[in-house]
Amino acid sequence: MVEPLGWDQAAIGSLLTRALNLAGEAEAEAIFTERIAALTRFANSRIHQNVSERDATLRIRLVRDARTGVASTNRLDDEGLREALNRAAATLALATPSPEGAALAAASSSTADPGLGFVAATARADPELRAVGARAVIAAGDAAHLEASGAFSTETATLAVANTRGMRNTHSVTQAKLLTVMMDGEGGSGYAQATGPDIRAIDPAAVGEEAARKASRSHEAVELEPGEYPVILEEYAVATILEYLSWVGFSALAVEEGRSFMDLGEQIMGTNVSIWDDGLDPLGLPTAIDYEGVPKQRVDLITNGVARAVVHDTATAARAGVVSTGHGLPAPNAVGPMAWNLFMSPGSSAKEVMLSGIERGVWVTRFHYVNIIHAKKGILTGMTKDGTFLIEDGRITRPIRNLRFTQSIPEAFSAIEAIGSETRLVAAEYSGINARVPALRLAKFAFTGASGAEAQG
Amino acid sequence: MQELSDLALDVARSAGAGYADIRIVERTTESLTVKNGNLAEASSNRSAGFGIRVLLDGGWGFAGSSQVERGEVERTAREAVAIARASGLAAREPIVLDDSPAAVAVYRTPYREDPFEVSLDEKLRVMFEADAVMGRVKGVTLRTSSMEFGREHKTFASTEGARIEQEIVDSGAGIEAMAFNDQEVQRRSYPQSAGGQRVTAGFEAVRDLHLADNAERIAEEAVALLDAPQCPSGEMTLIIDSPQLALQVHESCGHPIELDRVLGMEASFAGTSFLTLDKLDHLQYGSEIVNIDADATAPGGLGTFGFDDEGVAAQNVPIVSDGRLVGYLTSRETAPIIGRRSMGSSRASGWNVIPLIRMTNVNLRPGAAGTLDDLIADTSDGLYVSTNHSWSIDDRRLNFQFGTEIGWLIKDGRLTQMVKNPTYTGITPQFWGSCDAICGPSEWTLWGLPNCGKGEPMQTHGVGHGAAPARFRGVEVGVGRW
Repeated sequence: MVEPLGWDQAAIGSLLTRALNLAGEAEAEAIFTERIAALTRFANSRIHQNVSERDATLRIRLVRDARTGVASTNRLDDEGLREALNRAAATLALATPSPEGAALAAASSSTADPGLGFVAATARADPELRAVGARAVIAAGDAAHLEASGAFSTETATLAVANTRGMRNTHSVTQAKLLTVMMDGEGGSGYAQATGPDIRAIDPAAVGEEAARKASRSHEAVELEPGEYPVILEEYAVATILEYLSWVGFSALAVEEGRSFMDLGEQIMGTNVSIWDDGLDPLGLPTAIDYEGVPKQRVDLITNGVARAVVHDTATAARAGVVSTGHGLPAPNAVGPMAWNLFMSPGSSAKEVMLSGIERGVWVTRFHYVNIIHAKKGILTGMTKDGTFLIEDGRITRPIRNLRFTQSIPEAFSAIEAIGSETRLVAAEYSGINARVPALRLAKFAFTGASGAEAQG
Repeated sequence: MQELSDLALDVARSAGAGYADIRIVERTTESLTVKNGNLAEASSNRSAGFGIRVLLDGGWGFAGSSQVERGEVERTAREAVAIARASGLAAREPIVLDDSPAAVAVYRTPYREDPFEVSLDEKLRVMFEADAVMGRVKGVTLRTSSMEFGREHKTFASTEGARIEQEIVDSGAGIEAMAFNDQEVQRRSYPQSAGGQRVTAGFEAVRDLHLADNAERIAEEAVALLDAPQCPSGEMTLIIDSPQLALQVHESCGHPIELDRVLGMEASFAGTSFLTLDKLDHLQYGSEIVNIDADATAPGGLGTFGFDDEGVAAQNVPIVSDGRLVGYLTSRETAPIIGRRSMGSSRASGWNVIPLIRMTNVNLRPGAAGTLDDLIADTSDGLYVSTNHSWSIDDRRLNFQFGTEIGWLIKDGRLTQMVKNPTYTGITPQFWGSCDAICGPSEWTLWGLPNCGKGEPMQTHGVGHGAAPARFRGVEVGVGRW
């Protein structure tokens, strides 16, 4: 008998118990994940893709004598569970003993509000609601003679973890996200994004109008000679930088393996920089537990520019002699723990005020296709996109073609001249990392190339 | 499966769909990682489900579910139709598919040694052997060996009468050595970075890599890089090795020839393309020795299959001929817009997502420059770079910047000084226009890239790229301050 989708707590609890009971004498961890997701995508001012999916998966980890075997399946009847258990047991039987990933998390109960990050209106959103939202964005584009592209998505995700050491935690969350890129067909473009657990907080018309305003100002961009310029980075750009700092440096494993820029205890950025991870803050996209079932803790990563701490899972915590901070991915994994819920402290400046005093600089709306050049030095490269402007004598004067940057972020964040007074929640394009951040004004930022002019046929 | 497929198509048709298809997919994977002499990861994953795609009044709807049984198939088919109906709330011209014939066929990738029948003991033996060799090199601080195997069984059926069954098996492996000190982290990988080589083949492909035989060399190079001078900055003649050139093809040719990107359908995520429709058959994309094909029939490629996920047969089509742009990657929806029939590159990464235009095996044909040694001997002054470290390219695929793991200066036809942190940057058509030599067939390898990302929700898929080392003139290298 196949279990129905849309699992309730009793059914999840029963599934986890059955999985652990099948584990025999081995220690075991069972991770249940369910994802009910839908996305309405539009391009050229029409809906062109419109999808939904439902999936529920069980991942089982067996541990005995420091040997580990892991298997997953989305066939969740008894036969499917047995088949997955057999695969995990077969791996365990032949695995070499390894301290890496062998320890299961000790039992600890999540004290988070079960409703944290879950909004029923988001879970109930239907394709008509998403289509109407898409239509509102398209209308904003039509009004400005722009082509609109974007996606309006909703998702309900459940994570439940149990292990034979008594761990039993579960948490369900929702996320709605609407993003758009508006284009004028001649190289001008603008971007806007809104995200959060509650779809009712997203105003599609406002998202469309923000992107349309930016695109309209981007018309007839000119080239700017690459070089070092003062910059204002809008929240979208700052969030992308934090996303990559998390990838390269905020993990205990990255520090352990000597590839992080986080020189713990040292001043690595300006005294006005504070960055932390907090999965329980309702102003982010909360997640109460990690993939080992460990309740999330706030971790102050960088405080007043000093590298204070990194995030841990059970394995890195055991080696460091500390407790897990609740940042584990499904273990064992070669990537290590991950900071997913990032925050950066705001300052006192309005974005418009930040312009004052900049003789010649660059305004960046967002970055595109960022990658890591040198992890230990925190050097990133990437392109500006969807709204890059020249600042002259304290005001935005004209749009400029997209620029490539190649820049050490700890170096750039050591000279932050102003920090925005407001913060914005931004969901990353690729990774699922989210960040609530302010806009920043940096004394200098190295642009090493420019987008080429249109290739001639 | 036939019964469930027929049920889905019947329900969709009855609910008003003008066209419907269903894919039922089961994918099994195995992942193994050894780090510093320990088994860091050993997992076996199975995911099965189905996806139903419908066209109703010229608008798409798609729904997928992991619960492969009659009741859920009926519910999901109705959901797909309801979603397609909602698409009509923001519609323009109706979507029309091309007239590709409906196929009834069976396809299986060939292999000699089933990777799922090879014992874990044997797989670990290969990885631990390579690990031990790297471990004997003083100064190596982190050693990684990894293997990945996959088996995908899928059926495709459509209201046009297509009935296709396919089984695709893939295997991959690689090793990495890292060395670090207070200032530097250096990595060397074999046979390429990001997990090594990956092909549609069996375990014989892993054996053919001879991981242990290359372990000492890359470990020594990782340590040596710590004390190597920084790559110089300026315009230089650049020779790029085969795996790095494969990624160059991927980013600067493979993505911009995706016709959905060209038509603006990926504008909100990955971007658009500088290869707009007016450039087809006109643009001189590269020098006259540059020839690029999209070949879904190439043996062993990670973009090799019998039929794409719209049921269109695998094909080999020219993309760049004598340096001129002559083709795109297309789907049944997009091909008619340029007056063609789909060349079969519509692929879905799983049962739960729709097929998108994806690369197959986008291959740079070998040239006439002989071996890599011949090419270096023919170069008086330049830089040779090997193995990708980082990549970035703008949203129209014009301005790119790559970093590689290692480089050597070339003086008077010989490799001389090793340099660290090499980077190079350029503009796509100018860069390919500066290509003046491509090595011959003996240096050509079809590389698998398992991690190509595209679409929303993002799909990570495997693609292939064949390349031989090639030479480019006047390339800007050593970008940025270090």
